[in-house]
Amino acid sequence: MTRNMICIGCPMGCELTVEVEDGKAVSVTGNTCGIGKKYAESEVSSPTRMVTTTIISDKGIPVPVKTRSAVPKDKIFDVVNSIKSAELKLPVKIGDIAVRNVCGTGTDVVVTKDTV
Amino acid sequence: MDQKIYDAAVIGAGVVGCAAARELSRYELSVIVIDKESDVCEGTSKANSAIIHAGFDAEPGSLKAKLNVQGNALMDRLSKELDFPFFRIGAFVVCRSKDEIPKLEELKKRGEENGVSGLKILSCEEAHEMEPNLSDEVYAALYAPTSGIVCPFTMTLAFAENAYDNGAEFSLSNEVTDITKNDDIFVISSSKGEIKAKCVINCAGVYADKIHDMVCYHAFGITPRKGEYMLLDTCAGGIVKKTIFQLPTHMGKGILVTPTVHGNLLLGPTADNIEDKEDTSTTREGIASVKAKSALSVKDIPYNQVITSFSGLRASADTGDFIIREDEKVKGFIDAAGIESPGLSSAPAIALYIRDIVGGILPLKEKKDFRPERKGITLLAMLPPEKRAELIKENPDYGMMVCRCSQVSEGEIADSINRPLGATTLDGVKRRTGSGMGRCQGGFCTPKIMAMLAEKQGIPLSEVKKNG
Amino acid sequence: MAEHISLAVIGGGPAGMAAAVSAYDSGITDVTIFERENELGGILNQCIHNGFGLHTFKEELTGPEYAGRYIDEVKRRNIRYETGSTVLSVSPDRQITVVSREKGMRIISADAIILSMGCRERPRGALNIPGMRPQGIYSAGTAQKLVNCEGCVIGKEVVILGSGDIGLIMARRMTLEGAHVKAVAELMPYSGGLKRNIVQCLDDYGIPLLLSHTVVDIKGKRRLEGVTVAEVDQSGTPIPGTEEYYECDTLLLSCGLIPENELSLSAGVKINGATNGPVVDDRLETSTDGIFACGNVLHVHDLVDFVSEESSRAGKNAADFIRSCGKTKNEPVIVRVTAGNGVRYTVPNTIDAANASGDIHLRFRVRNVYKGCTIKLISGGSVIYSKKKKIVVPGEMEDIIIKPEMLSSVSGELVAEIEEGAV
Repeated sequence: MTRNMICIGCPMGCELTVEVEDGKAVSVTGNTCGIGKKYAESEVSSPTRMVTTTIISDKGIPVPVKTRSAVPKDKIFDVVNSIKSAELKLPVKIGDIAVRNVCGTGTDVVVTKDTV
Repeated sequence: MDQKIYDAAVIGAGVVGCAAARELSRYELSVIVIDKESDVCEGTSKANSAIIHAGFDAEPGSLKAKLNVQGNALMDRLSKELDFPFFRIGAFVVCRSKDEIPKLEELKKRGEENGVSGLKILSCEEAHEMEPNLSDEVYAALYAPTSGIVCPFTMTLAFAENAYDNGAEFSLSNEVTDITKNDDIFVISSSKGEIKAKCVINCAGVYADKIHDMVCYHAFGITPRKGEYMLLDTCAGGIVKKTIFQLPTHMGKGILVTPTVHGNLLLGPTADNIEDKEDTSTTREGIASVKAKSALSVKDIPYNQVITSFSGLRASADTGDFIIREDEKVKGFIDAAGIESPGLSSAPAIALYIRDIVGGILPLKEKKDFRPERKGITLLAMLPPEKRAELIKENPDYGMMVCRCSQVSEGEIADSINRPLGATTLDGVKRRTGSGMGRCQGGFCTPKIMAMLAEKQGIPLSEVKKNG
Repeated sequence: MAEHISLAVIGGGPAGMAAAVSAYDSGITDVTIFERENELGGILNQCIHNGFGLHTFKEELTGPEYAGRYIDEVKRRNIRYETGSTVLSVSPDRQITVVSREKGMRIISADAIILSMGCRERPRGALNIPGMRPQGIYSAGTAQKLVNCEGCVIGKEVVILGSGDIGLIMARRMTLEGAHVKAVAELMPYSGGLKRNIVQCLDDYGIPLLLSHTVVDIKGKRRLEGVTVAEVDQSGTPIPGTEEYYECDTLLLSCGLIPENELSLSAGVKINGATNGPVVDDRLETSTDGIFACGNVLHVHDLVDFVSEESSRAGKNAADFIRSCGKTKNEPVIVRVTAGNGVRYTVPNTIDAANASGDIHLRFRVRNVYKGCTIKLISGGSVIYSKKKKIVVPGEMEDIIIKPEMLSSVSGELVAEIEEGAV
């Protein structure tokens, strides 16, 4: 299978062509440097993203939160929905855990703003 | 219990309807104003040139000519009595060649016949000396010192609020769907139910023909004539000190360039007859035309300072003149239709004219407790610093800025929401306070104002309306 | 009698906080930050996404976290800040009029002032988009504030005009909130946003980016019903026959930011037509003595990290100004810095070659996408700096560091330019 993607390593935005076999990149072309190759390999084998959103707190004020580390890309919507249904009591501080081990990803969701 | 029968039902809460209601509220009459929109001043009255014309343009002997000149003369007193901004800044009509001088002279003659005072034809040098940014191509100008600028929202609101203070009722968000006349009583069917009245005053703007035809034989048609405008930031407002007109054509007064009472620069309008009475869209061609034509009379207009463009619909009657009369067959039904330019200028005089017609139908007995004064929202940005500081001490909410461009505080916005006939929409707050009217066009203040409206109405933020 | 303070910082966003902290650390402790919102942090508070701080803190933070770091620094030093305080005007002799609920209206004079008011979004009106004016049209930042700070649902079917970073971020944000973002239309043949945002905010969610497209009509009397998008030619004029109608209830505009310089104008500060920000020298001092500018009020930055760095310099320079009562050590030797081929603007606009004590940052943006080019600084025909670049794009700010010794051979004028060339 061939996949096309744009490298985000720098503003060049190289258009990469990746040959994929068994969920692994076997060849990367179109890259200008090593960053492109690395990017393509990880995007193919295990793409991950940080998720940021808000939780409406008990006082109705939205509190911004993030996953402490990146989660698998295909779990983004599950993670967002799980966060949305979480309850949060004010006050909270930056770093407070809002959801533990969200969707079994092994990652906690933490508060990103002191909110009273 | 029998349903209340109003002496007069005014259909349309634009400047004419509100001015008429205010005039009628002087007398011992029960008055109701009905409008399909949720606020007053939602139609033609909110999107126009905001000019109080001198009155040299209209055909001598026409209602337009007579009521314009009368209306203009009433403005100084009214603006003080009702607390709305009006500045008699004067106007030029400019021509671009010697061949056009006779047209200026014709306008001057017409104006003098209409009773306009102070008209004078200026040479190229005189005109440029008074207005240095006139285009170099301008050959001569007719000067009309009595022309002025007004805030059309505040003027309409002032009439409405004063009418309300003097007992007139307002039924907004209420669309008239039918009118019948049983014996001597009109029954007005509306989205909120039936309203009964002895007189109906049709001030329905572009819909005046439809309202008329609900109960009378067809007598006239109203064509919406679209006018597109561009509004420039206050830094461009000083480019001219007066309203600069071009020579009028059969479609209207042409593209003008004028400062506004808020210190902005207004360019427009175009003039296109359209079908759809709700089509207030702007067009690429229209805006291009405003740009191209405004440059013919004034040079170096900084078009990159445009903060918004908008369009309004003139209610243009196929008879050519205002139609203000009691219907011949359906007695008690009074039209105030075809109120296109100079409708804003004429509104105070139209109100008196309507009062006289009503006087022929119902006895007019002056109320003892009529209060002619209305106090507007105190806009702190207009005040000297000491006065402003004093008011903030009295009400600290005046110290919390919400709209940074026009410097409108939380206190002023609360006033606009809480007063009688108060704002219920973002556009309503904007028209009453000027918030969101500045260069960022509400970018920063919108969320805060939405929150205040939501709180007052007890609704979630997402249900706060921009208009209607 | 007017109150008096050493340094007034106008705006408590990332620029103002970094400037205040730096001035304090340079020995000027009589500092007040005036912030019109109810909390410090500025626009960062609504930027809940991550991607901030890689340069400053070597880790990826969200906007509120980045702001939080600086708020902590401000608080640790006990720097005064007044929230809910709006500065209404600044006079050329450094008197500011400030208004707040708690303290009413005051006039405060300052030895130096730092302008750090940020920028605003270009509104619909300035774009002259034809059509109706219904509910449902927001600038992207206003929508961001409503969604992230007020928890407001603004719409379900969305079209975005402009591919600035806020527009891209909001495309993802609206998608995560359950909305369907149908397309992002961009007038230019390239996006002004970061590559990473195009990939992670659009491509990840299958949102099409329509380059060389714009909105040519807006439908809907009360609520937005739809927009017509058309392709544009090289001059930006819509091409007839390419129109496509998108049913939607929300249109977001992300069409550029404008530094907010109304207060600067009241202080008599000269404005650079290319940036819409003040004309400044290498100390970031404006044309009005003792008034400095930094952050997005000076020129729109791509990354907040660069705002913080720039603002720290402004804070230090303001502190130096206060201590030296505005006097420089040596007789100034003014070098004009100008934008040459391919360069849209430079900050600063002048350099005092005789008093440069440390590195000088020369920041600029390019006019177009250039691949395989060389950035050059030229003075009197000789090249004093040259750097090859694989690519430069208008969406990213360039930053050249000029060492004081490089200025020894410079006189009169310094031109920053792009030399195009094949890779």
